[in-house]
Amino acid sequence: MSRVLLQTHDLTVRFGGHVAVDHVSCSFRAGELTAIVGPNGAGKTTYFNLISGQIPASEGKVELNGRDITRMSVSQRCERGIGRAFQLTNLFPNLSVLENVRLVIQAKAKMGFNLFSMAESHSEVTDRAISVLEKVRLYDLREQKVSELSHGNQRKLEVAMLIALDPLVYMFDEPTAGMSVDEAPVVLDLIAELKAEKDRTILLVEHKMDVIRTLADRIIVLHNGALAADGDPAEVMASDVVQEAYMGKELEDV
Amino acid sequence: MLVKLLSGDLPRSKLLTAILVAILICLAFAPFLFPGIRSVDTAARICIFILLVASYDLVLGYTGIVSFAHTMFFGIGAYGVALACSHMERGFGALIVGTLSGAVVAALAAFLIGLFSLRVRAIFFAMITLAVASAVAVLVSQLSGLTGGEDGLNYKIPRELTPAFKFGGELLGVKLNGKLLNYYVVFFGALMLFLLLLRIVNSPFGRVLQAIRENDFRAEAVGYRVIAYRTGAACISAAIAALAGSLYAIWLRYVGPDTVLSFEIMVDILLMVVIGGMGTMYGAVIGATLFVVAQNYLQELMQVASGAVESVPLLPDLLSPDRWLMWLGILFILSVYFFPTGIVGRLRQDD
Repeated sequence: MSRVLLQTHDLTVRFGGHVAVDHVSCSFRAGELTAIVGPNGAGKTTYFNLISGQIPASEGKVELNGRDITRMSVSQRCERGIGRAFQLTNLFPNLSVLENVRLVIQAKAKMGFNLFSMAESHSEVTDRAISVLEKVRLYDLREQKVSELSHGNQRKLEVAMLIALDPLVYMFDEPTAGMSVDEAPVVLDLIAELKAEKDRTILLVEHKMDVIRTLADRIIVLHNGALAADGDPAEVMASDVVQEAYMGKELEDV
Repeated sequence: MLVKLLSGDLPRSKLLTAILVAILICLAFAPFLFPGIRSVDTAARICIFILLVASYDLVLGYTGIVSFAHTMFFGIGAYGVALACSHMERGFGALIVGTLSGAVVAALAAFLIGLFSLRVRAIFFAMITLAVASAVAVLVSQLSGLTGGEDGLNYKIPRELTPAFKFGGELLGVKLNGKLLNYYVVFFGALMLFLLLLRIVNSPFGRVLQAIRENDFRAEAVGYRVIAYRTGAACISAAIAALAGSLYAIWLRYVGPDTVLSFEIMVDILLMVVIGGMGTMYGAVIGATLFVVAQNYLQELMQVASGAVESVPLLPDLLSPDRWLMWLGILFILSVYFFPTGIVGRLRQDD
C-alpha cells in the first residue's frame, strides 16, 4: 500500500455541550481519493475545518507526513501541504480572476514580502497562473473581477486556486455544487487527473452519488460527528448504516 | 521608463491623468508660477499632505486597517527633527539623524501596537491607536522641558535651507535663496516617497495586502500569515508618515502639538483619503490638493462672494468668511454622496 500522508487521531471538537466531531481516527494515503459522506450536520465540513486549522481541536491530533500539525495556524498548515477549497465560495471579490490565482502561487513561492519589485514583473508566477486558468477553462475571463463572475465560474476558480496551490492534501468541499451540467465534468475530470498523479491524497465531501461512484476509492461516513463506516465504496454504499445514515433516517432503527 | 516609475499603475482615466499632470506641474514650479510666501507655503503643505495621506491609504485603503495614530507618527517624525536640531550642532547631520530616528521610532511604535492588537481583530488596532495617540498628545504637551509643551519648539535648520542663504540673483523674478532650496527638498522628498509607496502597493507584498483587505480568512488559508502582513503594512505606513512629518518640520522650522499632533489633522487625513478615493494612491494626490487649497483659500473666495452679493438679503451672511467650515462640511457631504468611491474611483468609472 502507498504511504500515509494524513492522519487524524481521536480528532474531537465540542461547541459548548455539542460534540460536532467525535473521536474520528482515520488515515489517508497517497494516490487515494476518499469521499466523505453523511447527512447535513454530520460534521463533514467541521472535520475539514479541524484538518485545515480554521477551528482548533478540543482533543486529538492531526498528523501530516507523520508530523503533528494540530497546534499550527492555518497558514502554517497550508505551507506544509494542506490545501482546501471551500464550500461557500470564498475568494478575493474585487481582484481579477488572474490575480486570485496569482496570489496563491505567489504564496507558495514565498514572495509575499517582496516589496520593491512590480508584481507583474514575475512572469514565472503569472505564466503558471495562466496555465492553471487554461486547465479550468477560465482563461478568457482572467481580467474579470471575481465579483462579476457567474456562480459556476466562481466555483471553478475555487478549484483552480486549490490546483494552483498544489498541496499534498487536496480537500474539496462539494466542488460541483451549483455548477451547470456542462461545467461540472470539467472540474470532475481535473480531480480525476489529480488522483492519477498518485503522490497526493484527495478528500472530497460530496452529495452526488454518481460522482462518488466514479471517483472514490474509499468512502467514510460521518454520522452525528462520529465515524459510522469506512471502506470500499461498493460495500459501504450497500451497507445498511449508509443507507440509513445517508438518507437521514434514524440510525437506531437499523 | 515612465510606466516603470509609476510601477505599472497608470491613472487609467484621461481626465485623471490631465489633473495629475497639472498638479505635478503646479507643484514642481510653484515658486515660479505662484510667487509669494503664502502660496509657496500652501504648495509645500500640499506636497507633505499628499505623502501623509498616501501613507495612510496604504493601511486604510489597501490593507483595510483603521488607524487613528497617523498624526502621532507624523508628529514623531516632526519632533524627531525638532529635537535633533535643538540639541545637536546646526547642520545637515542633525536633520538626517532626526529624520531617521523619527522614522525608526514610528515604525517601532507601529510594530508594538500591531503586535498587541492586530493579532486579535483589526478593530482593536483602531481602538488602541486612538488611545495611544491621545496619550502621546497629552504627554507631548505636558513634558514641556523636552518638547516645549503647548508652545512647541523653534529651532535652527542648516543655513542653506533658510531665506538668509542667497546664491545667484533672481530667476524669472524669484529670488534664489535657501527657502527655494528648502521647497525643493520637500517637493522631491515627497515625490520620491510617493513613488516608493506606489511601488510598494504594486509589489507582490501590495497584492497580499489587497487580498487581506478583500478576505483575510482566505488569505490565511492560501498560506499568508495575515498578522505579519498587517503589522508590516502598519510599520511602513508609520515610517513614511514620520518622514512626511520630518519634511514638515524642516519646512516650518517649528513644531507644536497643534501643528503636527492634533486630532483635527487626523480627521483631515481621513477626509482626504475618502474624498480622493481609497486604495488608489492617486486619490491622496487629489484629496490632499483639494483639501489644502480649500483650507487656505475658501475663506478668501467667500469674502469675494459675500462682497459681490452685498445688496441681496441673507446671502452675504451665508457666504460670510466665518462660515467657511460649514461650506467645507457641505462640500464633503456632497462629494462623499456623489462619489462614494472617491474622485479617482468616479473618474475611472467614466472612462
